Amino acid sequence: MNRLIILIVISCFAFTAFGQSDKIPSAKVNKLDGTTFNTANINNDGKPIIINFWATWCSPCKRELNNIAEMYELWQEETGVKLVAMSIDDARNMAKVAPYVNGKGWEYDVYIDPNGDFKRAMGVNNVPHTFLVDGEGNIVWQHNSYVEGDEYELFELVKKLSEGEKID
Amino acid sequence: MSKKWRLWTLLSVLFVTSINMNAQQFDEIMSRGQIKGNFQFESQFYREDTIIGAEEVPERIRSNGFLNLIYSNGGVSAGVRYESYLPPLLGYPEGYQGNGIMYRFASYQKDNLSITVGNFYEQFGTGLVFRTYEERGLGYDNALDGVRLKYKVYDGIQLTALTGKQRIFFDYGEGIVRGFDADINLNETFSDFFEGSKTRILLGGSAVSKYQADRNSQFVLPENVATFGGRASITRGRFNFYAEYAYKMNDPSADNDFIYKPGEALLLQGTYSQKGLGLLFSAKRNDNMSFRSDRTEGEQNLLINYMPALTKQHTYNLLATLYPYATQLNGEVAFQADLIYKFDKGTILGGDRGMDIQVNYSTANNIDTTHLNDEFTFRQGYKSSYFSVGEVYFKDFNVQLTKRFSSKVKGIFTYANLVYNQDIIEGKPGAPTVYADIAIADITYRLDMRNALRGEFQHLSTEQDQGDWATLLVEYTYAPHWFIAIQDQYNYGNSEKEKQTHYYNLSMGYNNKGSRITLSYGRQRAGIFCVGGVCRVVPASSGLYLSVTSSF
Repeated sequence: MNRLIILIVISCFAFTAFGQSDKIPSAKVNKLDGTTFNTANINNDGKPIIINFWATWCSPCKRELNNIAEMYELWQEETGVKLVAMSIDDARNMAKVAPYVNGKGWEYDVYIDPNGDFKRAMGVNNVPHTFLVDGEGNIVWQHNSYVEGDEYELFELVKKLSEGEKID
Repeated sequence: MSKKWRLWTLLSVLFVTSINMNAQQFDEIMSRGQIKGNFQFESQFYREDTIIGAEEVPERIRSNGFLNLIYSNGGVSAGVRYESYLPPLLGYPEGYQGNGIMYRFASYQKDNLSITVGNFYEQFGTGLVFRTYEERGLGYDNALDGVRLKYKVYDGIQLTALTGKQRIFFDYGEGIVRGFDADINLNETFSDFFEGSKTRILLGGSAVSKYQADRNSQFVLPENVATFGGRASITRGRFNFYAEYAYKMNDPSADNDFIYKPGEALLLQGTYSQKGLGLLFSAKRNDNMSFRSDRTEGEQNLLINYMPALTKQHTYNLLATLYPYATQLNGEVAFQADLIYKFDKGTILGGDRGMDIQVNYSTANNIDTTHLNDEFTFRQGYKSSYFSVGEVYFKDFNVQLTKRFSSKVKGIFTYANLVYNQDIIEGKPGAPTVYADIAIADITYRLDMRNALRGEFQHLSTEQDQGDWATLLVEYTYAPHWFIAIQDQYNYGNSEKEKQTHYYNLSMGYNNKGSRITLSYGRQRAGIFCVGGVCRVVPASSGLYLSVTSSF
């Protein structure tokens, strides 16, 4: 049985030689009110989307999202971008997400991935991890970790996407 | 090739050729497939360093590595993970030895039904009854290997059924676990009734049981042990209230000294949040709730459920790795209160740019127990009153202020006061309770759009254990690719003069898109690394450390 599963898995990988799409995978995450949400439904009407994995215990994550929060309104006016803040807080810290997000006054779309299903599906190892999705729903760029100034590079790429340019 | 393999190959070929579609359709379907994955490799070269207690490591170099691959196409998904521990880094559970694939799965989703076979992670409610998860940094992985079915039977009603054996390092536990969960979103199920309502109600119930043969010569042990749980979440406007209760039938095990007392856990949480203010209160009581698929196991092995710690997860080194709290499965009563508030710009405390304050207080105590002296009769062990508490395990009061002083300077200032029962938490009988005060200043100075300098100064004062500590960290970053940091931790207050040492460390790294490489050299203090209340002790070490991580 074990060998069969591995055989199926390996043949699936072999078939991807036929082509590669890079859409947001489907996983069940929670909204702040506890209801479920399918990540495949993340969309922004053809405008760019930033998906940022973070946690209430991750200092660089909070620094990044707080720094972007200072400019988010301007970013939205200029490019229509939407930032999806995906918290990987588990049962220990899940309840802290809503008070933290509201306490800081964030305007992002915040979700919680309590058992790591979306994190696994997106291939995320550590947080912070940021993905950029273009107007057609393709994941075109990603970045791991955060240092001061990363948000400027991120915004340059978002501007390119909103003008219909491609990112290498 | 063996007969079995020939048969499978023939069947697969027949299956593929019998699919009635042309090459174009086939290409179309296959082009929708995608592969995602991630990779991590960590290796350390250990040097003997007797002053800090770093012992000689015979292998000199120890490494951990893994690669995850996931294929998905429409409703089909399959994945595999290869892990390697040659041998594992110091502090990682020693049971991980060698290489192998201990995670492989295939899943299919169509309409309202989803099927997964192989290894999977799942959680019922907050995990009091059932939670299988992975925490690669800790070496925690209790994935179930078996079958999981999820079915949306009606609007807002989701059922889950699963069965399997749990992972323990490169093997599986003896016990068979099976579980069932129902998750109900009343607003969706009775959408007419709740139309336009500001109230949202979620309910859930689960039943999980394990089977393990009784091979004990001393007692007659129950071979099937079940745990039941119920949960409810009510959200109205800015308020949310959550309650979860779990009850475990008699489960004599190595954890509780083979008593026949049932176990229970209760978790209550209330939050209020509005723009600029967030409030949280939570309370938890667990009594005899260690539920494993092998009753003889200990530590973090083969746990079926998960008891969250109700304490704040700290991030600064002296606060997070010296005296952190670990959940006591056998019994604890815990409380936590958390407030976050934003002082607006223009107010007295807010100043020009506003200021954030976060105040947190948490406590953990033993449950109140009265020993029953019934070892030779009913073996219930003890009785416990619900509304009183036993000895103090942990107290943590902390305040954090975040303030931006100018467009270039931002600071985070933290103060914490800890009470830490080292005897119980670390299992060191006779150790005195530690009373510690910690103060931290974390200041970032942005030179320009790319260059930034960050300095952290931490100080811990205590009269117990190792005495006072001071840490200085300076980090220079060049966005978006580079960082270099130098850190020194000085145990200047240690009562033993030879142990008043410096733990210096230099680290640097480069990252690009989804990949990162980090190199660090120096001394690492012995510490306790915790995630979610599950901890592992990392011994002191000295040497060179390399880490490569990538997502694709």
